[in-house]
Amino acid sequence: MLDSFLALLKRDLLLALRRRNDIFTVLFFFIIVVSIFPLGISFEQAVLQKIAPGVVWVAALLASTLALERIFANDYADGTLEQMLLTPQPLSVLVFAKTLAHWLLTGLPLVLIAPLAGLQYHLSAATIGTLMLVLLIGTPILSMIGAIGAALTLGLRGGGILISLLVLPLYIPVLVYGSGAIEAAMQGDVSLQPYYLLLSAFLLLSLVFAPWATAASLRISVE
Amino acid sequence: MSINWFKYSSPSSFYPLAGKMIPVFMTLAILLIMGGLYWGFFQTPDVLSDQKQYYRIIYVHVASAWMAMWLYVVMVTWAVLGLIFNTRMSYMMAAATAITGAIMTALSLWTGAFWGQTSWGTWWDWDPRMTSQLILLFLYIGYIALQSAIEDTRRSDRASAVLAIVGLVIVPVIYYSVNCPDPNECASLHQESSLKRVESNILIAMLVVTLGFWMYTFAVILMRVRNIILQRESHTQWVERLEEVK
Amino acid sequence: MSLSVSQLQCSRGDISLFDGLSFELKPGQLMWLEGRNGSGKTTLLRTLCGLFLPDKGSVEWDGEPTKSVMDTFCRKLLYLGHQNALKLDLNPVENLQTLSRLNGQTVSEEQTEIALSQLGLFGYEETPVRKLSQGQQRRVALSRLLLSDALLWVLDEPFVALDIAAVELLQSILVKHVEQGGMVILTTHQALPIPEEKLMRLSLDQYA
Repeated sequence: MLDSFLALLKRDLLLALRRRNDIFTVLFFFIIVVSIFPLGISFEQAVLQKIAPGVVWVAALLASTLALERIFANDYADGTLEQMLLTPQPLSVLVFAKTLAHWLLTGLPLVLIAPLAGLQYHLSAATIGTLMLVLLIGTPILSMIGAIGAALTLGLRGGGILISLLVLPLYIPVLVYGSGAIEAAMQGDVSLQPYYLLLSAFLLLSLVFAPWATAASLRISVE
Repeated sequence: MSINWFKYSSPSSFYPLAGKMIPVFMTLAILLIMGGLYWGFFQTPDVLSDQKQYYRIIYVHVASAWMAMWLYVVMVTWAVLGLIFNTRMSYMMAAATAITGAIMTALSLWTGAFWGQTSWGTWWDWDPRMTSQLILLFLYIGYIALQSAIEDTRRSDRASAVLAIVGLVIVPVIYYSVNCPDPNECASLHQESSLKRVESNILIAMLVVTLGFWMYTFAVILMRVRNIILQRESHTQWVERLEEVK
Repeated sequence: MSLSVSQLQCSRGDISLFDGLSFELKPGQLMWLEGRNGSGKTTLLRTLCGLFLPDKGSVEWDGEPTKSVMDTFCRKLLYLGHQNALKLDLNPVENLQTLSRLNGQTVSEEQTEIALSQLGLFGYEETPVRKLSQGQQRRVALSRLLLSDALLWVLDEPFVALDIAAVELLQSILVKHVEQGGMVILTTHQALPIPEEKLMRLSLDQYA
């Protein structure tokens, strides 16, 4: 089981390396979204600092749903997905491998580029640190839950928009506590611990349940 | 009354049964809703705290809000039954319930907006209850959108079933996060139930109207399910022999 | 180790494809599934693999319903559908090794190279699959037959896009597998040089 997990993870990372454009599209989308908010709202430092937590998270949510389309689409098109359903391994393990690869390629880069957004919004270094940590815990949750939406909408027209419609409501708890944590960090004297605990709890729960739901959805879609 | 559920799990036997039940539920609905509203309008005080006559819209607002939430659970129940027993009828009931659920949610948002405007001068406020109803509407819309996006009935039924179940699992988390965005300040999960503060006459009226809404819901869902049956089973013999179709 | 099907009924889009289908396939047998286009051959093959759920009936592997022994069943199963299941951006060796590892089987690079050359792909081991012709891609997919230790082969139109030499090669691979006690179910419009006692013919049209 571990061997198949690693084989699939390695395969997906290798494939992404050979077709590099996918990763960058998502990254640039995030940057663009983050950059246009000030243009539409205000350039004032105080305003920007206030809206930063929400804006960064909304941009992360949108970038995430945009990236989700690709997680299974390719494998579905060339028949590899079918083969995964026919392996002796539990499908949820393989799904976990794919979702992990997907997060490494689309979620982790967001965490790493977040300081740029922090600078644009005049956030302090400490806040940027919290921002990165919170995204680090939160973006995997987005990938795990989003994978369910991607699995349900395999091969359908309307792709990315349909996934967003299904998955964005489910992202709300992560959004609320993710941005709440950054706001609290900016206030300075508020404890961040409950936020981290809640987000970590969500992460754990999604790690346990989401692959299973995604596997069930894949079987339904591949029929 | 013990019913052999599986006897009615085939569309051809459920169709006539539903047809007979609709008028019964409709009549009950009309009686209860009108009775409840009469009680609510004439047996209760003219003013609720600082709100004027307009507060009476809560009879419809609260009833529809409750229905919106319960119908989601009902929808998921049908979906789960469909997945376990693989019965076409369960999926059709889930699909029929979804639309009524969405309508109830929209109604609760709309009446809530009116209530807000007349009592507090604002059409919308991001209070936890209204926000939760809005999110519930999104969940319903997601379900309906997924169903319509998939052409193959079987895949569409099963996929939306999974989506509904995932939604149900996450709904409590969503409600919690909306009610309690700052975990440092709301250690307790429960908000004091505002029902306790409501005068008994008003409460009775609300409950009666809600019961009426339930009857209405049953009637409307049965009507819708009959339509769905006709659509999906249109190629079968028994449908072709029906009066309505000829 | 036998595959048995009883009273199988499948439908797609509310239309029943076949009903009351029963058969048993034993080691050393090859089943040739025939039927008009649209008669449900592909659906049947997918149902046997567990990709598609039947309305009624059961599929059993070694006496147990496949649903309850999915892991052992899948270990012994190789399914080649219309698609090649190859990643275009990987080369044949990488593709074959990954597919084997997913199936719980480790094959060395050398073994994949031998299999590929047996199918006439010597020299193409490191070429990205994207650059191979359709026939060559099909042959890469078929190399799995030589590498896999699966007992039951379920093949959907395996001869499509193959030239005469490859067709003969595939026929000999099938014969060899059956002679060694393997099982094959396939659909094809090609003639099969299999001796009668090893060949089962099933026409889906009679179960419509």
